[in-house]
Amino acid sequence: MTSLTSTLPIVDHPNAAREFVTNEPRSHWHDDSLWFVRSKRDKQAQSIPEWEYLREQASTIKTHTIAKLPEYLQQFEANATRLGAVVHWAADAEEHNRIVLDLLRRNDTLRIVKSKSMLTEECGLNEYLIESGIEVVDTDLGERIVQLRGETPSHIVLPAIHIKKEEVGDTFHEHLGTRAGESDPQVLTEAARGHLRGKFLSGEVGITGVNFAIADTGGLVVCTNEGNADLGVSLPRIHIACMGIEKLVPRFQDLSVFTRLLARSATGQPITSYTSHFHGPRDENSELHIVLVDNGRSKIRDSKTFRDSLHCIRCGACMNTCPVYRRSGGHSYRATVPGPIGSVLGPAKNAKAHKSLPFACSLCGSCTDVCPVKIPLHHQLLAWRKVLVGKRLVAWNKRMAMKAASFLFRNPPLFAAAGYLGRVALKVLPKSLAHNRFNTWAKDRDLPEPPKKSFHEWYAKNRPSGSQTVSREEQS
Amino acid sequence: MSETQSNSRQVILDRLKGCVVDAPELPTIDPARVVQFDDRLQQFQETLASVGGEAHLVDTPSEIHEKLQAIEVFQSARRIASTVPEAVTATVDLATIDDPHALSTLDWTIVRGEFGVAENGAIWIDGKTLPHRVMIFIAQYLAIVISRSDLLNNMHEAYARIGAPGPGFGVFVSGPSKTADIEQSLVLGAHGCRKLQVFLLP
Amino acid sequence: MTVALFIPCYIDQFFPDVAIATLTLLERLGVEVEYPAGQTCCGQPMANTGCDADTAPVAKQWVKRFASYDAVVCPSGSCTSMIRNHYADYFGPNDTEFQHLRENTYELCEFVVDRLGVRSIPGTFNRPVSIHSSCHGLRELRLGKCSENMTPREDKMRMLLESLDGIEIKPITRVDECCGFGGTFAVAERETSVAMGIDRVTDHITSGSEVMIAGDMSCLMHMGGLIRRRNMPMSVKHIAEVLAEAMQSDSSGSDRSAPAIASR
Repeated sequence: MTSLTSTLPIVDHPNAAREFVTNEPRSHWHDDSLWFVRSKRDKQAQSIPEWEYLREQASTIKTHTIAKLPEYLQQFEANATRLGAVVHWAADAEEHNRIVLDLLRRNDTLRIVKSKSMLTEECGLNEYLIESGIEVVDTDLGERIVQLRGETPSHIVLPAIHIKKEEVGDTFHEHLGTRAGESDPQVLTEAARGHLRGKFLSGEVGITGVNFAIADTGGLVVCTNEGNADLGVSLPRIHIACMGIEKLVPRFQDLSVFTRLLARSATGQPITSYTSHFHGPRDENSELHIVLVDNGRSKIRDSKTFRDSLHCIRCGACMNTCPVYRRSGGHSYRATVPGPIGSVLGPAKNAKAHKSLPFACSLCGSCTDVCPVKIPLHHQLLAWRKVLVGKRLVAWNKRMAMKAASFLFRNPPLFAAAGYLGRVALKVLPKSLAHNRFNTWAKDRDLPEPPKKSFHEWYAKNRPSGSQTVSREEQS
Repeated sequence: MSETQSNSRQVILDRLKGCVVDAPELPTIDPARVVQFDDRLQQFQETLASVGGEAHLVDTPSEIHEKLQAIEVFQSARRIASTVPEAVTATVDLATIDDPHALSTLDWTIVRGEFGVAENGAIWIDGKTLPHRVMIFIAQYLAIVISRSDLLNNMHEAYARIGAPGPGFGVFVSGPSKTADIEQSLVLGAHGCRKLQVFLLP
Repeated sequence: MTVALFIPCYIDQFFPDVAIATLTLLERLGVEVEYPAGQTCCGQPMANTGCDADTAPVAKQWVKRFASYDAVVCPSGSCTSMIRNHYADYFGPNDTEFQHLRENTYELCEFVVDRLGVRSIPGTFNRPVSIHSSCHGLRELRLGKCSENMTPREDKMRMLLESLDGIEIKPITRVDECCGFGGTFAVAERETSVAMGIDRVTDHITSGSEVMIAGDMSCLMHMGGLIRRRNMPMSVKHIAEVLAEAMQSDSSGSDRSAPAIASR
């Protein structure tokens, strides 16, 4: 097996991960930070006796909603419109961005404040607006840090989890004028608070994402800890809320299930500091625009295998628990959404570009068990591997190696002979040759001590009356 | 609405309708299966403390004022917004303010909450009780007054109590504004209130 | 009950002692075991790479080999899960041979506890040990409670180990984190795989354990390789080796030659 797998080609994720994971102190620090979050999540989950019952309910509600999505979208649109909101529909990212820009232009907007929205990240809204001359300020502290550094978020809930406080200090020194060398989170947060207060007060339009949209009321729910979404939309006259079409829940009452699961899964808090419910614009002088975005979601819904990935409530728990993500860092995925759920969604968007992601996984299954809406994540990652092989997007030599293995396993005498040769080779070759540089396994790991005999040879000798020579199948 | 937008609406709905999917029944939460507390008040206080809030048991509105007076940053507060005049007299007349930006220098806001939730320390604030919704987010410090008889066990009871929301705004507030975006170090007072005082009247 | 022993390909070739220990353990527990000839691999390496077309004939061959037995026992959670949870892709829902095997193929500890009803093993193992819970045994076969999932479950391997005299099971900090083997992952994502493996080994060593015990030799081949390369103070043992060795120590002391427990 080792000789077969040692010829596998190097794919993208491993390359992108190499620098991060081989920087041991940094990789361990990152791993510990996220493990801390996961441990907090465990405590919260343990404190709810009905945790698994809640996951089950959430999963069923989402399965139901995604199945009846066209009905619920129309119901939501009708109710939101009745409340005075304006509902826009965007088939793709480009249209989403154009709708937002049109709204801004119509109101002569130059400065906007944004709270966290993975959808706008997915659509590349920031770049689009900035190129059009709009000042875009991300107001979530983590997002502001990565924005000032010219980076992208490495985690969907903890955007700056990969950045050290000293590096934040350097960035704030450069952009916000904090003292050189300042690295106290309290002081740095205070500086950001002051800096962003000014931005909130001068923001002409507030843009937010949406955690949940409610079909039977036409309302929206936005969850934050910092209160930035609320400040961002309570001052300016115009609120633009951008959401994927999968964000719906059918009934107002369903929010109880999701608000109990979301923050507990995400950060190990019993609920976010602010869970804000918007039903229509603030007042008769204000505007609420809701942009419903498809951008590939309807295509995922068409697939029986991957449909459940639309259940995702973007809690990030699968990232926190993923042993690969924790060590390789979010940027190694080169995708808006990293980690297990990102490795499912990425190939759905572009199979070729993200073909290495379903393989950036040891199939440990922890993501599937941690997911509050029960997306069978590791099964979907395995399913993607099959699709990629079908599309011939898995490297030729990898496929050939599997063909060879299959051939070997279908021919027991050949398998026995190959095993014999392998064991003899390991025995007679000097260690330096058996552990040569082409053998990827053996770069860091000793190969097993080769035994003299395989088990089936031992069995034939020690249990001569056993079925080694005559199998039951052949008897019958 | 432009023509292309309305066209996308049809395109998206047609795409979705083109794939008919069997739906399971929507579930109903069984109240017997969700968490209940023997002592909701104690649970609420403990949870509120764990999310960074401070609970005070008081018997009268004037006691609220006494407790606040003992807090240094309240003593020195100059701009105070209050919708609980029996406890705290406002120094900012909200009725005269049209533009919420005018509240940018609020030191304190004192408001009423509708009810609290024991499992997560959250308090539901109905936007209809707020002359300006920004007042609870922009003030440096926030105090919320609720009744001890308005403590519910869990979010299922909470949403049932809200019932069918009308137009407007409502928010669950659980503890002060906070962030842990710098190396997972918890800092209270990210953008909103730096501290949250909760007064529990009988 | 005629029980077939399924020895995964790499155990057959590289770890025959584990297979012998499995056989010995089952025989000592009074089980009539046969080792069907011509068995090779369950097909998991191909399946986990996404190569369904290469997996199907191997799966078909496997089912043909074992169909006539009442039960199949395998000293690997991962290979058992392949049959129970992943073979359905290659067989029709009405394939009675496959359905029979799906319901009657067991991981070793699962077989001992659930099918034989044996909840303690007479024997002694005088070493400080620690348990590595292999992912597929834990999360796909549910051989124990995993830390993410709140459903209570009894831990079958731990139960058997705890029943031994003299054993001291040391607690580790991350009770069920993946070791980073993951089949071809170990090679395709070498750096991450190695980092995960070293972290696991370090956790076990720090606990004061001298022997890391697991139900899957694949995890132990990976971590054992890291341990030997770095000369770390730890050895690895498959659960079958520990239980067989413990029973040996018991029967040699108490002159018990008959199987300790008869099969149901």
